[in-house]
Amino acid sequence: MNWQDLRWLVPELVLTGAAVALLLADLMTAPDRRRQLGWFAVAAAVPAAAACGQLLAELQALRSGGVRIFADTYTVDPFALYVKLVALGAVALVALVSLDYFPGRTPHVGEAFALLLFAGVGLLLMASASDLILLLLSIEFVSLSSYLLAGFLKRDPKSNEAGVKYFLYGAATTGVMAYGFSLLYGLAGSTSLYDVATRLGRAGGAAYLAVGMALAGFGFKVSMVPFHQWTPDVYEGAPTPITAFLSVGPKAAGFAALVRTLSVGIPLEQVQWPLLLAGLSALTMTVGNLLALLQRNLKRMLAYSSIAHAGYVLMALAAWKSAWALPGLLYYLLAYLFMNLGAFFVALVASEATGSDEIPDHAGLSQRAPWVAAAMVVFMLSLTGIPPTAGFFGKFYLFAAAVDAGLLWLAALAVANSVVSLYYYVGVLRALYLMPPPERTPLSVSPALRVGLGVALVGTVAVGLYPQPVVGFVELARRLLGG
Amino acid sequence: MPILTITLFLPLLGALVLLFLPREDADRIRRVSLGFALATFVASLLILPRFELGRREMQRIEQAAWIPAVGIQYKVGVDGLSLVLVLLTTLLTVLSVLYSFREGHRVKEYNLLFLLLETGMLGVFFALDFFLFYVFWELTLVPMYFLIGIWGGPRREYAAIKFFLYTLVGSLAMLLGILLLYFHLPPGQRTFDVPEIVRQRPLSGTGLLAQLAFWGFFLSFAIKVPMWPFHTWLPDAHVEAPTAGSVILAAILLKLGTYGFVRFSLPLFPEVFHQHALLIAALAVVGVLYGALVAMAQTDLKKLVAYSSVNHMGYVMLAVAAAAHAYGRPELADAAATALNGATMEMLAHGVITGALFLVVGVLYDDRTHTRGVDDFGGLWAVLPKYGAVSITAMFASLGLPGLMGFVAEFLIFVGSFSIIPVFTALAALGVVITAAFFLWTIQRIFLGPTNPRWANLPDLDRREAWVLVPLVVLMVVFGVYPKPLLDVINLTSSQLVAMLR
Repeated sequence: MNWQDLRWLVPELVLTGAAVALLLADLMTAPDRRRQLGWFAVAAAVPAAAACGQLLAELQALRSGGVRIFADTYTVDPFALYVKLVALGAVALVALVSLDYFPGRTPHVGEAFALLLFAGVGLLLMASASDLILLLLSIEFVSLSSYLLAGFLKRDPKSNEAGVKYFLYGAATTGVMAYGFSLLYGLAGSTSLYDVATRLGRAGGAAYLAVGMALAGFGFKVSMVPFHQWTPDVYEGAPTPITAFLSVGPKAAGFAALVRTLSVGIPLEQVQWPLLLAGLSALTMTVGNLLALLQRNLKRMLAYSSIAHAGYVLMALAAWKSAWALPGLLYYLLAYLFMNLGAFFVALVASEATGSDEIPDHAGLSQRAPWVAAAMVVFMLSLTGIPPTAGFFGKFYLFAAAVDAGLLWLAALAVANSVVSLYYYVGVLRALYLMPPPERTPLSVSPALRVGLGVALVGTVAVGLYPQPVVGFVELARRLLGG
Repeated sequence: MPILTITLFLPLLGALVLLFLPREDADRIRRVSLGFALATFVASLLILPRFELGRREMQRIEQAAWIPAVGIQYKVGVDGLSLVLVLLTTLLTVLSVLYSFREGHRVKEYNLLFLLLETGMLGVFFALDFFLFYVFWELTLVPMYFLIGIWGGPRREYAAIKFFLYTLVGSLAMLLGILLLYFHLPPGQRTFDVPEIVRQRPLSGTGLLAQLAFWGFFLSFAIKVPMWPFHTWLPDAHVEAPTAGSVILAAILLKLGTYGFVRFSLPLFPEVFHQHALLIAALAVVGVLYGALVAMAQTDLKKLVAYSSVNHMGYVMLAVAAAAHAYGRPELADAAATALNGATMEMLAHGVITGALFLVVGVLYDDRTHTRGVDDFGGLWAVLPKYGAVSITAMFASLGLPGLMGFVAEFLIFVGSFSIIPVFTALAALGVVITAAFFLWTIQRIFLGPTNPRWANLPDLDRREAWVLVPLVVLMVVFGVYPKPLLDVINLTSSQLVAMLR
């Protein structure tokens, strides 16, 4: 192996080093000062992100569409780097709002942050993996860290339930996916996606079976129906910052891995996967939205909403032949990072204040914390897809891809779903603004959480109002290597 | 000087300023908000001297790159149609803010939302890029949701969400229509530029797709207008909204729908519109008659005014459908231009008159009687002479009395439409009779007859209320007697459109 190639791994190495260092530092830090370890985690994401930027600049200087390293198992292209930046954004923001969350709730503060960083490493690997085995390993890496984080509050039965459910469901779907991968290996005689693409041959039904089984694993990661059932229970039970992380980080990386596997590894002549995913997209967005309508618990509602959003994003894969599809998907991941993290951060503020996650219990929050409530207006409207927010431009992009690909029925279904979603998103605003507050004492929000909220808010608005820089980036990233 | 951009964003700037004022200082918030509304009004007046009366096409175009990667730009401009609607918007926002000085509940949010709403409405009229247009179109929904939901009547939450859901269905259908247009432009030339898309008419000759896109736009505009049978959100929203909200809803937001029909549906899909013109005319006539009859049955004054909007917007749609029906028949071009002039005139007249009517209801209900049952009054003119004069003038204007603004509009609509779709026009003319009947009956029940002793000591209009109402009454009379300056401006767009539709 070529040691020179390690430089393409700098972001992963930085984050891994930071996570190990954090574990060691945890041993040597007095329990009451462990909050500072969180700052270390936040800070670790910065050089990792800078390294991603550096690699991107290098690729452009080389006029290269990307590099394959370590015997083609690992691919660094603008697509991967974009997803890595989104994942690092999720890690940093979640670490930031966790600063005041874990201390006081658990003595194992350092481990929580270390696990978060390890999960982040897994996300970076998922974005680049171009070999079935490495893909499986990186997905497992993310999953194992996530199981632990979801069940991190040992004394909270709901958190326990979340961890166990997540684990059982994840183990089962990963098993199915591994079986699908082994079929692909059997058909193609190689685990490299690049080889699978050329050697799959006329596999017919077996290839469909393999892709279908692989979809179980990806579907689990991105909450695609029918592999979504874990989502509401885990989202409700997991510590809120971790829920926020699960809703964006693994999801973004899951979509990246799905895109790479299908577009690089599975030729359209062998498996008509866009058609398959059109059906799954329609099913996912509809089921997610209809069930979200029934929720009173904010975290459960956001869980079903995240299923619905997975459905919207899947439209991009269904509309694969449109030049707008992959840019739309990538743009949406960034928009979703800001708006969904923001929504969960507000949920965190609200539940700290009222001790409840029930939406009606947040009545009149606009009178007690006007800025937080105003931020929630932006997040909810963005999730609905009302301009001028990032969520709107994301939906615009995805709808455009569907229309361009001739999937007018899917776009129309997505429209109907967006209207349905307005009802439950505005239901939150109704509680915040229209219902009278039980008390009027102003809320105090910790500085770290304020910064986290502020970043999410500014991101949602800025990326929505002036999407041009991001559009430029995703147009570059859409030429993924071998796709 | 980019006067359109300044006019467009002054209210938004005002909203941002309000954000940083302490919410306890209600008086200052009101004054600042009125100041920005007035400044916007003045800015919009400054467009007038720069507007060239000889030019039919868009003028004063201001543009900048926005998202060039996908052909989206910031582009605004005015023509005769948008200019008059912009002026209507800025004037009515000033009056609404001034009227709302007495609103004491959450003053900061209230005024902030009004200014935000104004930027949204102005943007719809100014925008010359479909993406930009859509952004502003949606921007009008959010403030109105909160205005109804927080400051509305007893059923405010239901009315607010109903309004939001209905209009969102339409907007998203339109969004798909916009995307269909975009993707049928030749690759490499794809743009959201409205004049360019209108010039190319990318969907003409595509059959089913043109139909789908047309109905997508139709749904959006028909819900907004609202045309029968898409009108059911209107009585709820108009009745539950606070007075100033009802004014803006009726006077401006409904016009977004008819504006859309004239600005987009007609020039973009003339063949398809022509094909369905009679169906749409029929819906318009049903709206006219249904609105008038239901209004007649109301005992709640606010509901009565709300249903009279369904009736009046039906006239506008009748004229638009007539113009569409005249497509491809050059001998009817003059009639079509007259109908379109009438439609635009009716948009303005309805804005001024119904705006005034909702204010009239508010003056009585909000601060004096807290009831608005038509049968709870009697002989009120003797008690409130000034108020009575203003109200009766507005009602006469609404029923189409010659010499007032409503008459000019309806006359033009009927004259224009009659040569194109005589049967529908004759049926619609019945609506005028019913409207006259219920307004006269209302005047009789409220202002004439024996005085109800309960209201013997009501105070008449105070100065602020007079400032709000008198400008509208003056406009009704001035343009009722001498509509020429207005028609000169409006006719630019109508003749331009008709030339396109020959």
